[in-house]
Amino acid sequence: MVSPKSSKSSAAPPLLAGFGLTKSFGDFTANRDIDFTIYPGELHALLGENGAGKSTFVKMIYGLLQPDSGYFEWQGKPIHFSNPQEARAAGIGMVFQHFSLFEAMSIVENIALALPPEFSKEGLPELIEKKSAEYGIPLRPHSLVADLSVGEQQRVEIMRCLLQDPALLIMDEPTSVLTPQETQQLFDVLGKLAKQGCAVLFISHKLEEIKQLTSRATILRGGEKIAEVDTQTKSAKQLAELMVGVKIAAIKPPVAQKKAPAIMTVSGLSRPADGPFDTALCDINLTAHAGEVLGIAGIAGNGQSELMDALTGEWRGAQAGIFQKGTEDISRMNPAERRLNGLAFVPEERNGHAAVPSMRLSENALLTSFERAGAVRMGVVNQSYATQFADRISAMFDVRRPEADPQASSLSGGNLQKFVVGREIAKEPEILIVSQPTWGVDVGAAQFIRKAMIELAAGGASVIVISQDLEEIFAISHKIAVLHEGRLSKAYPAAEMNPQNIGLLMGGIPIDKDSKTTPPKPKKKRKRVAS
Amino acid sequence: MFDELLLTVLLTSVPLILAATGELVVERSGVLNLGVEGMMLMGAVAAFGAASLSGSPYIGIVSGGLAGMAVAAVFALFVLGLATNQVATGLALTIFGTGLSGLIGAPLVGQAIDGLPSMTLPLLSDIPLIGAFFKLDIMAYLSILIVALTSLFLMRSRAGLILRSVGINHDSAHALGYNVLQVRFFAILFGGFMAGLGGAYLPLVLTPHWAEGMTAGRGWIALALVVFASWQPWRVTIGAVLFGGVTIMQLAGQARGWTIPAQFLSMMPYLATIVVLVTISGRGRNVFGAPAHLGKRFFMTR
Repeated sequence: MVSPKSSKSSAAPPLLAGFGLTKSFGDFTANRDIDFTIYPGELHALLGENGAGKSTFVKMIYGLLQPDSGYFEWQGKPIHFSNPQEARAAGIGMVFQHFSLFEAMSIVENIALALPPEFSKEGLPELIEKKSAEYGIPLRPHSLVADLSVGEQQRVEIMRCLLQDPALLIMDEPTSVLTPQETQQLFDVLGKLAKQGCAVLFISHKLEEIKQLTSRATILRGGEKIAEVDTQTKSAKQLAELMVGVKIAAIKPPVAQKKAPAIMTVSGLSRPADGPFDTALCDINLTAHAGEVLGIAGIAGNGQSELMDALTGEWRGAQAGIFQKGTEDISRMNPAERRLNGLAFVPEERNGHAAVPSMRLSENALLTSFERAGAVRMGVVNQSYATQFADRISAMFDVRRPEADPQASSLSGGNLQKFVVGREIAKEPEILIVSQPTWGVDVGAAQFIRKAMIELAAGGASVIVISQDLEEIFAISHKIAVLHEGRLSKAYPAAEMNPQNIGLLMGGIPIDKDSKTTPPKPKKKRKRVAS
Repeated sequence: MFDELLLTVLLTSVPLILAATGELVVERSGVLNLGVEGMMLMGAVAAFGAASLSGSPYIGIVSGGLAGMAVAAVFALFVLGLATNQVATGLALTIFGTGLSGLIGAPLVGQAIDGLPSMTLPLLSDIPLIGAFFKLDIMAYLSILIVALTSLFLMRSRAGLILRSVGINHDSAHALGYNVLQVRFFAILFGGFMAGLGGAYLPLVLTPHWAEGMTAGRGWIALALVVFASWQPWRVTIGAVLFGGVTIMQLAGQARGWTIPAQFLSMMPYLATIVVLVTISGRGRNVFGAPAHLGKRFFMTR
């Protein structure tokens, strides 16, 4: 059934074609009148911002959602998938952005769940070993998924699909959690698949990757198809403009300061792991300078949340040597005391950690700002002050609200993130510590937040950004350090760094042989690195 | 003497095994049904009524199971169909079952029935010390078989794998195309049937008459037992004998005039459960822990 050649001439029949596909949720139209084609063996990108309708569209292909109008043709014949099993039976596999794996189960069990019952459980482990070795992504069938690194978990997801010899593989933002090296391995596998005639639909908003991997792209914006382009002839900038719709003003990469005074130093911070799935921090040393953004790169699960907790004071321990302005030991202070000392924090999870979803914006604004003059009088909250304060933050940071003082949960991710970052910046902190500032935020809001952080640093504050997004790290940092298995590399000037050597540090390989400052040593933890 | 005591302990543990095994399957599918006590009472009154009318304790067994299943279906309608809060709905089910069983059972008070005959196995029952294990009745033997089958179902069968996956992460299971609500519906029905059987055992074997609220908290012990067993079927039997033993000690202690207060002994099952919970959570998340999506509501629209 699958044509052996990856021909894209108009003569070859498309593997999958969609016509006039529309899907609404209530008043909201997620997809409007989308036409789409993909050919056998084609590496096709689906490009769009968060909220552009990419996920809705692929869920319709995969049978998780049914179109309100429009239809699909599979290998030239009209087809309707009422559930994913039917789509899988036809030859469509999908790897989700947020993995649909069951952590407390083994690899075999996870894979068996995605396969039709014909695959007997007895022969399955051998089959998994054989097939995974074939594609160069070795898996141990009886390992528990919870013990795997994110990259390995993704391999399990891919293997689930490959065992059914799919004709079309859908990958939903697969590289957002991978190191550059792991990404390259993934691209090799996808290339192999395409050569065998399997079409790959690759969803992403990372333009360089799309140019590297795919030949054609369908671009969605606001639920509509904007263009279908040849990714090889368009530049990354052109693609970005098609995706976002307005000309993007690039952020000016900050220039490193000459001699900036150190505002905060962390020396010899160690923290034991709380449980088998947490990471221990080991001898973390860092210095935050006035007027500088320090970017901390690294893949999720290498100690980011543990480091963030230690810096904010949510975790305090005897071995946390955190000093402010060189002398004052703030290791023992709780988050509120640290805030009073001029620190400000934006934790990763905006719903429930940075903000209380069921509280109004004015209440959320006050939660970290009670000390502001006029906010509280004789123990009573000054509501009109709080409302004005929230309004001011919203105006300064372009927070779009559905009503005057809405609940935090009614804001979109980007707007709520702008609000919590704005709330902390409005305190004019000496030190701002932010974790994943633009995770799951649309491009416009991300630009805004990054610019605000750079401006804060330009005004003399020190900003520490913990992020998995390398583009972001490069866009805003003066200095870059990498977190790997709970150890922090030394901070390199951003100009000396490139994706290759960051990738090496992320994988735990030291890049400077001569210097012995703090090379990340090979770890003794149970988590295995991708081989 | 010991033989007799062991027999009483084993008999006391049977309803706990039945109800807890049912609830274990329900919880493995991600649903917390706190209505076990109510379902057991409905099973008890239905079993007693049917046995009294028909004269056959076997018809009583089946009626008890079906009655438990019927009230469980009401619970399923609320928590699955209407996505109500599982804790509140389960508590309501217990209150509902207690009240309704009392109403239905009012005319049955004071009546007597022929209980389930015991099936003493020749030779085996003469073994000293453990002979009591072979002086039980059909339901007791069946309960062990059910535990074995449940264990096989959960750990070896494809359907069991799907049921466990729904309890661990219903969104992922849905994304793979499994019908989360259907799986949970059948799990809840099974749990109701088993709780009904457990309830039926009380008037059919333990005390051959009906009394309002005769389960006397056994439904709650069964719930604690599931946690105590850390969601593993075989551990339910061990726990049930242990908890049954405590219950009997309580009675035996009163008869012998021990100085340990009865309240202290009735507290033991819950204390043991807390100890087990603390031990489990101290080791962090693990495979033997609670199903990750236990008690969470599932919405299909995502």
